[in-house]
Formats: sequence, structure tokens, C-alpha cells
Amino acid sequence: MILLKLTLRSLWNRRTSLLLTLLSISISIMLLLGVDYIRKEAKSSFFSTISGTDLVVGARSGPVQLLLYSVFRIGDATNNISWQSYQDIISNPLVAWSIPLSLGDSHKGYRVLGTNQDYFRYYRYGDKQLLAFAEGKPFEGVFDAVLGSEVARKLGYKLGDNIILAHGTGSASFAEHADKPFHVVGILKPTGTPIDRTVHVSLEAIEAIHIDWVNGAPIPGYHINADDALRKDLHPKLITAFLVGLKTRAAAFRVQRTINEYPREPLLATLPGIALANLWQAIGMFETVLRIITGFVVVAGLLGMLTVLLSTLNERRREMAILRAVGAHPRQIFLLFVLEALVLVVFGCLLGMGLLYTALFSARPWVVAEYGFYLHTWIPDASNLLLLAVVAGLALLFSLIPGAIAYRRSLQDGLTVRV
Amino acid sequence: MMDVIRLQELHYRWPGQTRDTLAIRELQVRQGEHLFIRGASGSGKTTLLNLLAGILVPASGKLTLLGKDLHGMGSSVRDRFRADHMGVIFQQFNLLPYLSVQENVQLPCHFSALRKQRAGDMQASTGRLLDHLGLDAGLRSRPVTELSVGQQQRVAVARALIGNPELIIADEPTSALDSDTRDGFLDLLFQEAEAQGSTIVFVSHDPHIASHFPQTVDLREVNGLPPHPSPTPRGRGNTP
Repeated sequence: MILLKLTLRSLWNRRTSLLLTLLSISISIMLLLGVDYIRKEAKSSFFSTISGTDLVVGARSGPVQLLLYSVFRIGDATNNISWQSYQDIISNPLVAWSIPLSLGDSHKGYRVLGTNQDYFRYYRYGDKQLLAFAEGKPFEGVFDAVLGSEVARKLGYKLGDNIILAHGTGSASFAEHADKPFHVVGILKPTGTPIDRTVHVSLEAIEAIHIDWVNGAPIPGYHINADDALRKDLHPKLITAFLVGLKTRAAAFRVQRTINEYPREPLLATLPGIALANLWQAIGMFETVLRIITGFVVVAGLLGMLTVLLSTLNERRREMAILRAVGAHPRQIFLLFVLEALVLVVFGCLLGMGLLYTALFSARPWVVAEYGFYLHTWIPDASNLLLLAVVAGLALLFSLIPGAIAYRRSLQDGLTVRV
Repeated sequence: MMDVIRLQELHYRWPGQTRDTLAIRELQVRQGEHLFIRGASGSGKTTLLNLLAGILVPASGKLTLLGKDLHGMGSSVRDRFRADHMGVIFQQFNLLPYLSVQENVQLPCHFSALRKQRAGDMQASTGRLLDHLGLDAGLRSRPVTELSVGQQQRVAVARALIGNPELIIADEPTSALDSDTRDGFLDLLFQEAEAQGSTIVFVSHDPHIASHFPQTVDLREVNGLPPHPSPTPRGRGNTP
């Protein structure tokens, strides 16, 4: 007890020089926990992009690529699926619902997704949540568009605004469907998923804007304006991918095999959970790297502490002799240094946690506004506490060095005050 | 009457040295007596003090303190023994700068249950000691670093005396004081030690102080036992 009191008083006596050490420890703790927090948030956000869907189906490629273009709006499909095959497959009695997806156009860098009303009825993300509208309603007419929250916010669109879609998916597409403007009828609430960065239109709209196009370019001398296009046959002929919900999850593998063996077209069906896990594993390298880096930051912080402890050894020789004189055993001198490191690291952890909490709290409004991503309140969990315990253990390990030196010296010096 | 200190045929040699640093045939201090050990730096007085305090153990010979043979004790037991039965006053820098005057005085009681028990009401006995040593309440509330050297040494005396240890070891406690302060300090030390029956072992190179003591030992005279009649003094710094 007296040792702890002596440690605290001695630390307090040297507070100015120790403040920087404490700060460097707490910043490294903040980074350590912060990276862990971001990793978990990113992972949960990643895995909550799609939920409740049993199969994702597209032209035959790899499951990760399929997931990337159909769910994450990254990259492009290698091939399309005929409307007939789509209808054929979803006629399977095990299929409860399906959502067709038609991709390939964009608006100012945001992907355009052609789909139907079922998208708003069945698509689920996060904890099996349905999409919700901030304003307006789903599209009804051919030239109606529903915007993801980020699209509306970043580009400043309101209900009733007209927008022009561009052919292709580059941000600098020069081939625009300028003759067929869309008007905004709905804006979705933020989801924290790629849906926020998507412009949703009907499958018929995709047909209509491409009615006078062939092979990805307008047909020269052939032009059909928007009104005329509405009178044409706008039934979709091709889609890029579709999502399937089954009546029973247990049927997923059976239906998957049926689709993969579909004789008329080479198709690929994948279970989104498995593909997500594969994809996360592929991009998960970054988290390992990040963890290693923060690990080194923590070690650097603790090395700073070790340096301070070692540098005070000499000036504290007198202190040790006094303590020896009043009856302290060298073991207790050793303990003083271990306690000192422990107190420093405990305060460093507390301060680091406080810093992280404050940082997340103050960044929250900005992150929501900028990324449509809600930062959950950080509550330290068991893995965080384990991490902190490891840090404390490391600090104790480090403190053994000055402790051992002080132990040996106090044996040698005895009551002799060497200055 | 019991011997507080009894040395017989005591030899000590630092590790790695070929000659004994200390070789004392006999030295005896009875309870209530005080001993002045005169020795210049390098004469082995530091070694002797460390032996008396139980920090070092003699290579051979007998070292008995308060009837207990220190040789047979483990280091933890010796540390406990020192905490229980000895008060130590250094040359200077006796106090922990981060503790208050009172906390510095009470420090031994935290390492020795016996002294805590003997001190009784710790606040009261601290106050009484400080009163006797002329450290008034105004001084007690100040940080110890703001006290003069003389005041610091008096706080050190209070610390050495608290809880009535049988033996007070003073290692040149007056060398940092001027002669007036020194005499006052010595008077106070004797007065308080005698009031509670403690034996003082006082080490100094200053012959003036010897006159205060009934028993004086010159370390150079007692130190020197065959086969090493005149051991080379080991020490840092200047030779006598």
C-alpha cells in the first residue's frame, strides 16, 4: 500500500516530464483501439450490405466478381442474362421472390441501376432492413428515378429535378442520353451501403434510353425521342444479374446447383454470405497491415516510457537509498518501478479510451453528413480489454528492465547515497 | 546489560578484492551508550555502516545486534530487522522530495509494524518529535525541498527516532551544517535519543564532535587485524 502511495506521489512529483510520456502512450492506445473499432465497423458495414438474399445470380464468372458488380457496383459484368432465362429460373416453385438488376449506365460517376418495384419490396440490408424513403416514392413512370441518399446530397437534387443519364460507367462519360431526361420522384434514406451511391430507374427505362442504340453507340441517323420511345415495346430483353429469395433457406444449395447447371445459358449462382466472406478475406489484408502498424505504434509508446524510466534511474538513486534505510527490501524497490510502469500504462489506457471516445463523438455528425455512415458509440468490449491487458503486460515486461537495474543497484549501494 | 552491538573477529571483503576492507577484532556497544566512530572517507566506515545496518553480511566473524546474530538471517529478515530496530540519518538529502515533512517522518512506520505500534498515535508522536526538534507548524506544511539543510537534518532525526528504534546510525549527519547549527543539532539528537533510550552510532571524520561522546573509536586503529595489518582502503574519491 505504501508502495503504491510512494509511486503515485513520486510520479506526481515528476508530472511535467511524464506528461509527454503519458500522452504518447495514450495516443498509441487510441490508435490501437481506433483501428480495431474501424475494422469492426467496416466489417459489419461490409457484411450488412446485403441480407436476406439467398442467391445472387449472374453470367458465369467468379463469385467475387459477381458480388462486386451486382451488390457493390464495382466493375462490370462480363455478360448478360436473357429475360427468358430469368423468367424460367424464377418459375421454380422454391423461389419466393426475385429482383432483376440491370447495370451499365451512370450519372455523374454514380451507377444507374435498372430494376423493378420488387427492389423496394424485397431488398434488405443491415439487420434485414427494407429500404426506406426520405422523400417521395418508388418510380412508376418510365422516366422516373429514385436516388440514393448520397447522390441526392452530393449533387443537391430535390424531388422533381431532371437528370440526364450517361452511357457507360466512367465518371467522364461523354455519350449521354440527353434526349431522355429523368425526373426525381424519390430519395432514399441513408443506408451506409452502395445503395446510397446509386440512381434507381425501371427496367423499361433502361430499354427506352437504349432503343435507338446498338452495340453501345447511338445508331447514326436513327433517333427516337422520349415520347415516341414510350410507345415502343419496352419489355426488357436482357438483365445483368438478379437476386433470389427462397421459400426455405435449406433449398439454397439445391437451387444454386440447378442454376449453375442451367443448360441454355452459362450462369453462376452464389450464396452472398460465402462470397462476402471470400471478398472480405481478399481485402482483409489491409486490416492485418493496419494492426501490425498500430502494434508498432504501441511498442514505440512503451519504449518511450521505458526510456523515461531508465533515465530517471540515476536521479532516483538517493530515493532508493533512503527507502532502503527505512527498511525497504530490494524487492520493494523493484516493485516501485513495476508499479510506476503499471500506473503509467493504466492512465495511458484510460486517457486513450477517453480520447477515442471524444474523437468518435465529435466526428460523428461529420461522418454522417459526408459518408451517410453512422458511427456507433464506442463501447469497449472483451476483445478491447484483452488488447489493453496485452499492452499492460508488455509495459510490465518492459518495466522489468529498470526494475532489475534498480534492484541490483540497491543491493550494491546499500545505504550509500551515490549521486 | 545487553550489548546493542557486538563485533568479534569481523572480516569483510568486497567481491573481486584481494584484501579485506574491514577487519575488526572486537567492538562492543552497550545499551544506552553511544559510539563515535572516527574515520576518514575510505577508511571502511561505509562498509561498517552497511554491515551494521544489515545490508552487507560479514565474510567471517560474528556480528550481533541486540543479541541477534545477523549472520544467520536472510536478507528479507535483515531488512525487517533494520526497519524495526534502526534509524538512519545520512549526510544530507535525507528526505523524499515528494512527501510532506510528516510523511517523511512517518515513513519507517510503513515498513515496520513494530515501530508503528510503538509510535502509537502516529500524528501525535510525529508532532511531539517535530516539536522537540524545533520544527514548528509553519515549517511542517512546507515542501521539504524548501527547508534549509539544518531543518532537513532535524526532520531526518525525527524520522530516525520515530517508533523508538534501539539503534540510531548517523553517517556524517553534520558535515553539511555550520558549526553553530551543528552543536545545536547534536544536542537535540542526544537529548531525543536518550529520552527514548536509543543508542547512537555516529560516524564522522570531524574530531570536534568526538568530544560529545564518551566512547570514541578510531576506525584506523580498530581496523587492521592480521593477516592484513594495514588493508588498502577501498573507496571512491580521495584517500585519507
